[in-house]
Amino acid sequence: MTVTTTASGQASPPVELVTCTIDGIDVSVPKGTLIIRAAEQLGIEVPRFCDHPLLSPVAACRMCLVEIEGQPKPQPACAVAVGDKMIIKTQMTSEVADTAQRGVMEFLLINHPLDCPVCDKGGECPLQNQAMTAGHAESRFEGVKRTFPKPINVSAQILLDRERCVSCARCTRFADEIAGDPFIELLERGAKQQVGTAEDQPFDSYFSGNTVQICPVGALTSADYRFKARPFDLVSTPTTCEHCASGCGLRTDDRRNKVQRRLALEDYEVNEDWNCDKGRFAFRYLTDDRLTHPLIRDEEGDLVPASWPEAINFAAAKLAEVHGKVGVLTGGRLTREDAYAYAKFARVALGSDDIDFRARAASTEEAEFLAAHVAGTGLGLSYADIEKAPIVLLVGIEPEEESPIVFLRLRKAVLAGTAKVAAISSWASPGFAKTGGTVLAAAPGAEAEVLAALGAKAGSLSEAAASVADALREPGAVILVGERLAANLGGISAAVKLAGETGASLSWIPRRAGERGALDAGALAGVLPGGRPITDSGARAEVAAAWGIDEADLPAEPGLQAAGIIEALLTPPVVDEEPAPGTEEDDALIIAETAVESAAAADDEPGDAADAAAEDPNFEAIIEEPEPRISGLVIGGVEINDMPDPEAFRLALKEADVVISLETRLAGVDAYADVVFPVSVDTERSGSYVNWEGRIRPFGKVLRDATTLTDGRVLAMIADELDRPIATEDSNAIRREIDGLGFYSGTRPVPPAVTAPVAATPGSGQALLASWRHLLDLGILQAGEQYLAATQRPSVVRLSAATAAGIGVSDAEDVTVSSESGSITLPLVITDMPDGVVWVPGNSPGSAVNASLSVVPGTVVSIARGGQA
Amino acid sequence: MALTPNLTAHWDEPDSYTVAGYERHYGYQALRKALEMDPDAIIGELKESGLRGRGGAGFPTGMKWSFVPQGDGKPHYLVVNADESEPGACKDIPLMLASSQHLIEGMIIASYAIRANHAFVYIRGEVPHVIRRMHAAVRDAYDNGYLGKNILGSGFDLDITVHGGAGAYICGEETALLSSLEGMRGQPRLKPPFPAVAGLYACPTVVNNVETIASVPAIIRNGGDWYASYGTEKSKGIKVFAVSGHVNNPGIFEAPLGITMRELLGYAGGIRDGHNLKFFVVGGSSVPMLTEDHLDAELSYEGMEAVGTMLGTATPMVFDETVSVVRAITGWLDFYKHESCGKCTPCREGTWWIDQLLHNLKSGTGKTEDLATLNELCAQILGRSFCALGDAAATPYPQALNLFRSEFEAGTHTAADDLFDPAASVVFSGVKTS
Amino acid sequence: MALTESTRAELEEIVKRYPQPRSALNPMLHLVQSEEGYVSPEGIELCAEIVGLSPAEVAGVASFYTMYKRRPVGQHHIGVCVNPQCGILGGEAIFDALSNDLGIGNDETTEDGKITIERIECQAACTYAPSTTVDWEFMDDMTVDKMRDVVDKLRKGEPVKSTRGPEVQGFRASERAIAGMDDGLAESGSNNADAVMLRGLTVAKEQGMPAVDGGGK
Repeated sequence: MTVTTTASGQASPPVELVTCTIDGIDVSVPKGTLIIRAAEQLGIEVPRFCDHPLLSPVAACRMCLVEIEGQPKPQPACAVAVGDKMIIKTQMTSEVADTAQRGVMEFLLINHPLDCPVCDKGGECPLQNQAMTAGHAESRFEGVKRTFPKPINVSAQILLDRERCVSCARCTRFADEIAGDPFIELLERGAKQQVGTAEDQPFDSYFSGNTVQICPVGALTSADYRFKARPFDLVSTPTTCEHCASGCGLRTDDRRNKVQRRLALEDYEVNEDWNCDKGRFAFRYLTDDRLTHPLIRDEEGDLVPASWPEAINFAAAKLAEVHGKVGVLTGGRLTREDAYAYAKFARVALGSDDIDFRARAASTEEAEFLAAHVAGTGLGLSYADIEKAPIVLLVGIEPEEESPIVFLRLRKAVLAGTAKVAAISSWASPGFAKTGGTVLAAAPGAEAEVLAALGAKAGSLSEAAASVADALREPGAVILVGERLAANLGGISAAVKLAGETGASLSWIPRRAGERGALDAGALAGVLPGGRPITDSGARAEVAAAWGIDEADLPAEPGLQAAGIIEALLTPPVVDEEPAPGTEEDDALIIAETAVESAAAADDEPGDAADAAAEDPNFEAIIEEPEPRISGLVIGGVEINDMPDPEAFRLALKEADVVISLETRLAGVDAYADVVFPVSVDTERSGSYVNWEGRIRPFGKVLRDATTLTDGRVLAMIADELDRPIATEDSNAIRREIDGLGFYSGTRPVPPAVTAPVAATPGSGQALLASWRHLLDLGILQAGEQYLAATQRPSVVRLSAATAAGIGVSDAEDVTVSSESGSITLPLVITDMPDGVVWVPGNSPGSAVNASLSVVPGTVVSIARGGQA
Repeated sequence: MALTPNLTAHWDEPDSYTVAGYERHYGYQALRKALEMDPDAIIGELKESGLRGRGGAGFPTGMKWSFVPQGDGKPHYLVVNADESEPGACKDIPLMLASSQHLIEGMIIASYAIRANHAFVYIRGEVPHVIRRMHAAVRDAYDNGYLGKNILGSGFDLDITVHGGAGAYICGEETALLSSLEGMRGQPRLKPPFPAVAGLYACPTVVNNVETIASVPAIIRNGGDWYASYGTEKSKGIKVFAVSGHVNNPGIFEAPLGITMRELLGYAGGIRDGHNLKFFVVGGSSVPMLTEDHLDAELSYEGMEAVGTMLGTATPMVFDETVSVVRAITGWLDFYKHESCGKCTPCREGTWWIDQLLHNLKSGTGKTEDLATLNELCAQILGRSFCALGDAAATPYPQALNLFRSEFEAGTHTAADDLFDPAASVVFSGVKTS
Repeated sequence: MALTESTRAELEEIVKRYPQPRSALNPMLHLVQSEEGYVSPEGIELCAEIVGLSPAEVAGVASFYTMYKRRPVGQHHIGVCVNPQCGILGGEAIFDALSNDLGIGNDETTEDGKITIERIECQAACTYAPSTTVDWEFMDDMTVDKMRDVVDKLRKGEPVKSTRGPEVQGFRASERAIAGMDDGLAESGSNNADAVMLRGLTVAKEQGMPAVDGGGK
């Protein structure tokens, strides 16, 4: 079965070329190319303001007027397509064009405040620059300039100085055409024309920051960067965004080793010219509250600063005590190189395959899927491919919230009429609505059922579903599954089956930037670097050779995944063998059950398990034999509240005899750690992420003076101390090692075929929980970003009208959603969605699902009028 | 040249705007004939008639209709431009009040010819009574079976929507009108694509002036050759002229193209008693002004071009010797500045600047170099703005400077109101002189 | 005043005149104005909701057109054309007198809320210069004295008849008519052709110039 085929190999139809002459030089371009683009190909820059290659032409600013032979008037190069044999003269060779442009520039400046010395754009301003090339040195205008009170907030994040605006409408076109958030508009008329919002509706768009970047003057600035720096004081470094798996190229600008701002870096294969506001504005976490030195737990149980050698020795000694029983858990912040270091550290230094990068709801089914179809497959289905898909079926992913550039591409394609979108989801989110797609409504947990129906094309399909089912069978059709589908057993298997039945390509989009790279790097039990199955001796041999160790020293059986590791820590070992870890029965979802039991046990029996054991001779007898499967943890980049059951995870951390934490700041795990190592953030190192396409997205070190250590370097030092060296000190060396290894070329494991369990039926006062995270929420990488936080989507609970009526609440009234662990109370928005389903945001103010409810989507929760839970 | 009442022939009958009143005088006979004809034959008849757009631009109507692609599978639309707002133009409003059914019959025939099943009348918003009248006239036509499904058993369907605008001169520009009719800001759109290919809702659309469409029934009924027998070689047919300003008897006059201003002035009772002609503007404020020297020029497209102006709306405004040219030009620039849509730089910023300089000259505080600067600024707008509004704004001044330079020169030291007492220009008594 | 369900129903009716909902915005905003006396933020939101736009998009439209007002207009609206021809022939004098008499400036309303005055652009009534409007109904061939009389009547609540149209009904009523709501005032039995409109026809008849609409057949 071909799951991640790419359409990019397909031959494109022949392009019709036209040949014109620009400033005496012949150039052949595809028919329909605008003069301004054709001129660019010759290196001739026609000045422009309103023109933007990704926005529809408006020819409003008139700055790009050029002379076309045979035309009585100069024409806008941004809006006229090149005609065959057309003779075009730009300002380089035409008096008409040059005069016209100078006239327009003079007009543009009469009402401009010329406040460049206090303007953020000064030094990188198209108006300033083009005034130099196409303007007069002195102004003839002595009249009254248009003025406005300054500035106004079009959102908490975006400020507008109206007197600087040249009415190019780039921002309003971006908001409307690209983001689909037409919350800024041109208001008024004539010389009073200005950008603005409606009363009470700010420009809260996830993509608002792009307007600052494309504003050709200093009219739009960000609250964050305003008056912070001058462009000529900044050093720019190409980087990759760490906030999601879209893989945006960014430009990070720092002044004297302090990051001042981040911009979208033009990359037409990935993020085009755009990025999201999280990627642009959330970087305070890089500097705030950083951990600066190693900490070790002293005899009183306090974490105290330690020297690096002391901490390394301490950690190595601790790990030696529990050798063979150490699990490795990593989180989404890791680069491919760091993840590789953990993967190698686990296998070589710890002799363990108990490793998992999925610090979230995950399943064995998902791991099998990843091993079979994603790990080590390289660049597969691409952005370009989804732009021309007869259907893109989304399951378990909300692109605008979870992978915003995927959203922008889908929307672009839908507007261009080159793709259609459908989603299996509980309701049509605002982002999804902007793609104009079809929602195939499904209660959480029922995804597999809908997928199966699309595959079987059963007679009972709705018209909408039937057309999706047909479209999936057309060449180029795509199924995109998000990581959330892992929480609903059988969903991934059903997606795999559907892809097989229809021939549609299937791709996986994780939410975090580091996941795909971690998978490729082998940070998952059973999967060695490059997607090599640990059970394949050939694969083991390749890895052993690359690592310079004996193949026999590599684990040959799959280890425990995150759920298994936590379970092993929480479950007292018994003589009778439990089902082998890593089989289908053993699943992440067990975490939830186990957690509830353990939490209950903890409540009943104050004090930790060790105390209990000490007091209970029977208990002691049980735990004496055999040895616990896991008693130590090495943890990097895991947020406790990202785990599906944070309380269970805390208990597990408490149970572990040894916890080694590698962190950038104290954020939770440290409370249970024996040693905490400070490690680098992205700006302090080079590295790479692998985006959802499988595209490697390298980035350079931004802060040239940074002296922090990478995860790989710390792990290498520990490994050296353990006398099991892993040589991961240097990211470049790791990259070479990864490249040298390449991808697995043997027989791939079999994909999972898990049957979905019968969905739970909520009783009266109950509902199935549906949830996903908002792009802008309480995620710790957004900590401290007050302006960004002010543009979050509001936290609301969603119910169908019937479900709301069932508990006697109406729109805007509070609803309390509760589990045994806790509750969430939010105002209700009646939503078109299946009855018996309740939706809340995953990690937003007042709605931290994991922390409050400790259940995963698809679980039955209680719902009641606010406060009556 | 004799007057030729055509559209206005029965305005002395108070019910001329009703179906009943219209049917007394050939009303809806043309439609019956048209529905028997091949649509392309109607377009052919229009081409033969030589009818050119009466909104000001003078584009050949039959040719415009023939640009609509046929068999393209898209809906087609006819939009009547009833946004009469050009200073001086005041012919379409009376036509809609009194010749409502001429317009509706013309719309049905035009729609049939271009294969449209939905037509619109975009009326400027400031005329509620005209909007009422057109709504009522459309209801009247529906009631008599001239609109709706299967008109006169022909199988042809047509609905007409009467639309009231909201105060924006720019909406007289056809693409801005379409933007407005689509519920957007009334800003002009890029051409190409032209409305005939991608107009309303990006579908093929013909936009025609009220008078143009109202002229269609008589052409179909009497033949293109009949219509072409009036007027000049290049300006065929009959035109509704509206003469306003300092004349004794302002009003509506229907005559063949090619009549002269001297003749029209005669019908209008001459310049107001005791005064002399100073200047007149034939095509609306957007065309260069003329003086006594041009009284014998033919009021035709080519005749006006020959004297350096344009026929435009053919609604001459007449000003006598009491009027300050500086004041008039400044007022028109106030208008263009107010009505500039803001989309393009030259018009938006240029009118802002020009208007300031003109106000200085009007108040006697201008500078000598302003006269030349103004000419340069006009040149910086002309041919470089997005649409014709910018061109229009750049047009009045240069000609006025040519003809009345000394008045502008006086603006460097003397206010226009001191040179020309405004009270002297007022047409009613009781206004104190300053 | 809050917009009622019946206004919503009427707005939804207007939408039905058009192939695409957004096209209805001009008349819809006029209808909002007929209810609120101006285009209120609430009206903008309601229109946005009905036609499926963002409030910003509707605000962009509303603020583009001169007729849509940001502040409540008085019971009656008086427009005086000050475009050069009308302005020169007496419009400026009329406006100055109005402004002076009422003690208000352009786009302002008398304290009693009765009258708003506005300098308007060409009203396409140039043959009636100076041209004015009351509640947008034609008040042709105006003079300072006639305008004083009109204002007097309006303030006293006495009937004022448009020269080419019905008795004026108030600003809001006219806005309803502009929105295309039938007020029964169209069928006045007259085509409104007065001496000015009939000038050419009259001259032609006097001088024996025949009508040509019959094509000579």
